[in-house]
Amino acid sequence: MSGKVITITSGKGGVGKTTAAANIGAALAMQGYKVTCIDADIGLRNLDVILGLENRIVYDLVDIIEGRCRLRQAMIRDKRLPELYLIPAAQTRDKSAVSPSDMARLGDELKAEMDYVIVDSPAGIERGFRNAIAPADQVVIITNPEVSAVRDADRIIGLVEAEEKGPATLIINRINAQMVQRGEMLGAEDILELLAVDLIGMVPEDSNVIVSSNRGMPVAFDDKSKAGEAFRNIAKRLAGEEVPFMDLDATPGLMDRLSRFMRSGGN
Amino acid sequence: MRSLFGRKEKSASAAKERLKLVLIHDRTDLPPGMMEDLRDELIEVISRHIDVDREMVSIEIAQDGRNQRLVADIPLQTPKRRRSR
Ligand SMILES: Nc1ncnc2c1ncn2[C@@H]1O[C@H](COP(=O)(O)OP(=O)(O)OP(=O)(O)O)[C@@H](O)[C@H]1O
Ligand SMILES: [Mg+2]
Repeated sequence: MSGKVITITSGKGGVGKTTAAANIGAALAMQGYKVTCIDADIGLRNLDVILGLENRIVYDLVDIIEGRCRLRQAMIRDKRLPELYLIPAAQTRDKSAVSPSDMARLGDELKAEMDYVIVDSPAGIERGFRNAIAPADQVVIITNPEVSAVRDADRIIGLVEAEEKGPATLIINRINAQMVQRGEMLGAEDILELLAVDLIGMVPEDSNVIVSSNRGMPVAFDDKSKAGEAFRNIAKRLAGEEVPFMDLDATPGLMDRLSRFMRSGGN
Repeated sequence: MRSLFGRKEKSASAAKERLKLVLIHDRTDLPPGMMEDLRDELIEVISRHIDVDREMVSIEIAQDGRNQRLVADIPLQTPKRRRSR
């Protein structure tokens, strides 16, 4: 088997990388794929709590790299799904404990057994970011509809291209449809025009995201949540399925124009 | 936010316009103030060979997908005006 490594990154902190990594990983596993999520945010471990696996950690990413355990020993299996695993970040080390080539080697090893490896990147453009994109076959940038997040996303898109890991695709997270309609929040079309990248998903602002993170149950498990549905759709698109975009802006005709934009944007 | 003319501009359009400029300068690593210098130097070089209408020269960076291009519009002095000088 040769799987695919997908890295989720953003530039700006707090835009939803960990939320997206957990939910895309869980949604792919729900579709029956073998998935491992790697928390590459060394020193600021969080993917474990969002997935609800924090109590089962024994070994971590740095233990694997430094040879203190075998790869399998550090892979925590999520018992709610057939084949979802987590490799947690080390909490008491920093990013210099891992190098981009360590990460590339780990990615290759995991791809031999997995369909998908999802890497949760730290914020920033330093070593941690370089570690996270080193094993990537595909890079997904996540942003919010606000000026600073979009600006940082543009920087990251450029850096991903410079590292020959492009073209990146984009998730716009925390869209508030009412604000977009009132003209008080950047819409998906505006952001795509500014960044000139392909869209892979739009996720609404949804209080269920916080409720599910309280419980350690990814929102993708929640049938009634809009954000959950958006993440399940993203997972399907990543797996090659064509899924129409949810009508978040509710502007007549927007979805048609968007899908046309996507088609003309090539791929 | 009200503009000087009392017209209410939607904040999303303001964000988009501001981002357009910011991204161009981020991507080209060209500080906004540098455009003025570039304009003056271009005028100087070109007017060594041909008369240009200095006031009307405009240069700007246009976005073309993820690439940028420098677009210069340099009107020339008409020969008629040159004669009358
Ligand atoms: N669609 C959403 N609706 C509501 N809240 C959200 C949504 N997406 C993310 N959040 C909230 O935003 C916060 C930041 O999310 P998250 O931790 O995933 O970001 P991050 O990019 O991983 O941050 P960091 O850069 O610190 O790693 C969390 O509190 C999360 O619950
Ligand atoms: Mg995070």
